[in-house]
Amino acid sequence: MAANGTSVSIQDLSLNFGAVSVLQTLNLDVAEGEFIVLLGPSGCGKSTLLNCIAGLLDISEGRIFIKGKNVTWEEPKDRGIGMVFQSYALYPQMTVEKNLSFGLRVAGIAKDEIARRIARAAEILQIEPLLQRKPAALSGGQRQRVAIGRALVRDVDVFLFDEPLSNLDAKLRSELRVEIKLLHRKLQNTMIYVTHDQIEAMTLADRIAVMKGGVIQQLDAPQTIYNRPVNRFVAGFLGSPAMNFVEGQLEAGATAVFKTGDLTVPLDRYGFDGAGNKGGPCVFGIRPEHVAFGEAANAMPFAADAAVEIVEPMGSDTLVWTKLGGRNFSFRVEAEKTLRNGEPIRIGFDPARASLFDTPSGNRM
Amino acid sequence: MSDHAVSLAASHAAIRADASGPSGPKPRHMFSRRNIFLYGTLVVVALYYLLPLYVMVVTSLKGMPEIRLGNIFSPPMEITFEPWVKAWSQACTGLNCDGLSRGFWNSVRITVPSVILSIAIASVNGYALANWRFKGADTFFVILIVGAFIPYQVMIYPIVIILREIGLYGSLTGLVIVHSIFGMPILTLLFRNYFTSMPEELFRAARVDGAGFWGIYLRIMLPMSLPIFVVAIILQVTGIWNDFLFGVVYTRPDTYPMTVQLNNIVNSVQGVKEYNVNMAATILTGLVPLIVYFISGKLFVRGIAAGAVKG
Repeated sequence: MAANGTSVSIQDLSLNFGAVSVLQTLNLDVAEGEFIVLLGPSGCGKSTLLNCIAGLLDISEGRIFIKGKNVTWEEPKDRGIGMVFQSYALYPQMTVEKNLSFGLRVAGIAKDEIARRIARAAEILQIEPLLQRKPAALSGGQRQRVAIGRALVRDVDVFLFDEPLSNLDAKLRSELRVEIKLLHRKLQNTMIYVTHDQIEAMTLADRIAVMKGGVIQQLDAPQTIYNRPVNRFVAGFLGSPAMNFVEGQLEAGATAVFKTGDLTVPLDRYGFDGAGNKGGPCVFGIRPEHVAFGEAANAMPFAADAAVEIVEPMGSDTLVWTKLGGRNFSFRVEAEKTLRNGEPIRIGFDPARASLFDTPSGNRM
Repeated sequence: MSDHAVSLAASHAAIRADASGPSGPKPRHMFSRRNIFLYGTLVVVALYYLLPLYVMVVTSLKGMPEIRLGNIFSPPMEITFEPWVKAWSQACTGLNCDGLSRGFWNSVRITVPSVILSIAIASVNGYALANWRFKGADTFFVILIVGAFIPYQVMIYPIVIILREIGLYGSLTGLVIVHSIFGMPILTLLFRNYFTSMPEELFRAARVDGAGFWGIYLRIMLPMSLPIFVVAIILQVTGIWNDFLFGVVYTRPDTYPMTVQLNNIVNSVQGVKEYNVNMAATILTGLVPLIVYFISGKLFVRGIAAGAVKG
């Protein structure tokens, strides 16, 4: 039985398509009113998991509870879920109003109740002027709003979003992202949101589940995942520009050090995980924004000389590529700084903000 | 501003100052060699196909004495509709002398139910195969497609026996069933491909909304698939209307479809060959498919493009 305050509980869920295992004994508990983001590259099983929760795919093993009720064998409509799809999936031959009311009409709900719910959803989403239009006459953002409305009128406990913003252009995407966040604050429903976009994940989620190969790699608050990724995959997947990785050796001792080529990074300030520090081949990772440059670098526990290779101005800041320990290495500087290609510079960082991964397993050390 | 930018601006100004050379849309000549070849070929081919129709129309409007003069391309000197009336209501086939009208109504009674029945079943088949992937769906589909490649002749006699045993041999109902079955492979393929090309998420959204097998079919899929229904209707109407083989095998003289009756009129060996009546009868028989094509040409092309291409 699911614990109190648990909205969705997935227990030992497996899904196989023939010999291919898509999800492997997956467990996930989502609290009441929580916003969970399933994040991962395409093919990681995140949309599949969402479809399993919705009841659109038959699972191979395990159980699914929604609101404490075992819904493993229930039809999608009986699970108390509403779903928003990437391609909006609006019924093209129906007006917006008919689209919103379709599920309610199928369920045989009274006319005045349908009207009341549509009015409420239309008000929340500000689509009242669009009610008599057909989907073809709507813009992408309006269509997605209607699609959210279709989930809204069902008065459900759990909202499922399957990459709802992926078909929109960048500007609309960021607008609707904020709207979804506001909607969550207003409704306080449980929301499970699938995306491959790490910015959406970071901005929306209470907790992020990073998935790969049908397995949840890490389930944690966005800041924790960003700052203390449990393995190299998570570290590399989150963050844009991506984290810098330098391969080398960890040498255990009174003060552990990381060695690569002729560089030695002291790790006395690094917080090892549990068993941690045992020496051996490892990967040192540091995010571009945690690298100091110029005068500030000398104040850091570790500093080295390098040369600018390529400068990428991003507008709000500038990304500079250089080489460290023979590897490509990037760091961020303010947009006002002008650096020329080949210019010698000094960079440094605090190993306390770094991540260290065991090379064979890829796990955090 | 660097030197580079200044020199760039200077060369740009020089290019702008030079007004000669091509500018704007490329001129096209109506009587270019390409156009003459293209339209010339099209006109010749069109004439080649239209000529027989022309001969038929003019011959059907002539009296027999005029036809005996032998100028098949000359327009009628005296237009007469006598052959048309005769073909429709007086021409004799076997014992009946009420013209093609009997065959026309037989054909209507065969075509309408066959088209409705075959499309109704095939569209549900295609929908189930595309969206409700049951166990063995692929095998079922392959068997159905193989059915499309088996020659009709192989199955004629077994079907005669089956129809005889269930007491439908020689009746229009029997022929309707035969037409519906033989339309099944190609129509199911057509509908399955069309429904497969529809977004999967639409189907999922409808399931989340609580619609079942028939609810999704009738309220979501059907209203979205007008083009493919038009294609199916055209294929079936023309196919069944023009059918001769099944018509002659599975019916009796008083239930012969129009095509069989036309054959009996045109190929009768007794008396004088009435070319004008034959021509009129042939045009009358071909009129139904012709009208269907004219009315639905645009929808037909759109539906074919939407449904048949994707596998």
